[in-house]
Amino acid sequence: MPKRIIAIASGGGHWQQLMLMRPAFSHHDVHYLTTLPGLPDEFGITAFSIIPDCNRNSKLEVLRTTAALAKHVWRLRPHIVISTGALPGVLALVLGRLAGARTIWVDSVANAEEMSLSGKLARRYAHLWLTQWEDVAEATGAEFAGRVL
Amino acid sequence: MIFVTVGTQLPFPRLLSAMNDCATELDEPVVAQTCSDDGRWSALDCHGLLQPDAFARYFSQARIVVAHAGIGSVLSARRWNKPLVLMPRRHDLGEHRNDHQLATARRLEGSPGIHIAREASDLSVLLKRDDLVGAMEVIDPQREALLTRLRDFIDD
Repeated sequence: MPKRIIAIASGGGHWQQLMLMRPAFSHHDVHYLTTLPGLPDEFGITAFSIIPDCNRNSKLEVLRTTAALAKHVWRLRPHIVISTGALPGVLALVLGRLAGARTIWVDSVANAEEMSLSGKLARRYAHLWLTQWEDVAEATGAEFAGRVL
Repeated sequence: MIFVTVGTQLPFPRLLSAMNDCATELDEPVVAQTCSDDGRWSALDCHGLLQPDAFARYFSQARIVVAHAGIGSVLSARRWNKPLVLMPRRHDLGEHRNDHQLATARRLEGSPGIHIAREASDLSVLLKRDDLVGAMEVIDPQREALLTRLRDFIDD
């Protein structure tokens, strides 16, 4: 039975890494979320929504993004939430977990020497907490399973 | 045409000024996504932020792409088989919150089609070469391993 999956990444490198991971979940019922209009179309994706971006310096932005994500999580009732970052992905993991989903964080391959700030935040909310670098796994206790680079 | 991108998060005047200097010596247009509304780079065709379709168009039509050492730039270069010159952002110059781009550049040095420009002077040498090959998708067991782990977790 296909599972309902929310796959979420901010525009740029986070999104491109998520795209390379598609073969791991494309046989399921996936809804994509990202912050940059036009980006899903570039990759031939039709099941998607655009959410407002946010960063940790603006509580208002964080609230706005959280509200948008809550609507999608409520509507889609995902079995799985997967994110490659950044902060909107963490928020989606939190909400997904509250709604009973199993959650996956794959820290960006850009972070070869330490876990990203978002990744550190995601730790408490990710059932599967991955880094793409062995050294970071050793230093943080995250799991290393491979990388996309 | 040379396409320059500094990503969508932070400006990168050191790279753009260096490219502006190069552009005056080169006999080809230089288009740049500058992530800034600063107009001082008169030799560049500057765009603050490009829509994804315009970004894809410039990227795929460029002879060489010059970028900050962001993962999006690297993966785009592999997707469109473009020679890529990376200038890593430096924390000590206030160009990023840490030195992760230097780490990325170190890890990618020697990867086919990817060249590292640490200083402005490295850029002009690379851009005058006409023998640069494109970056390409790598068949990497590390990626397969990651996909397998994710698939197992999701299907479980």
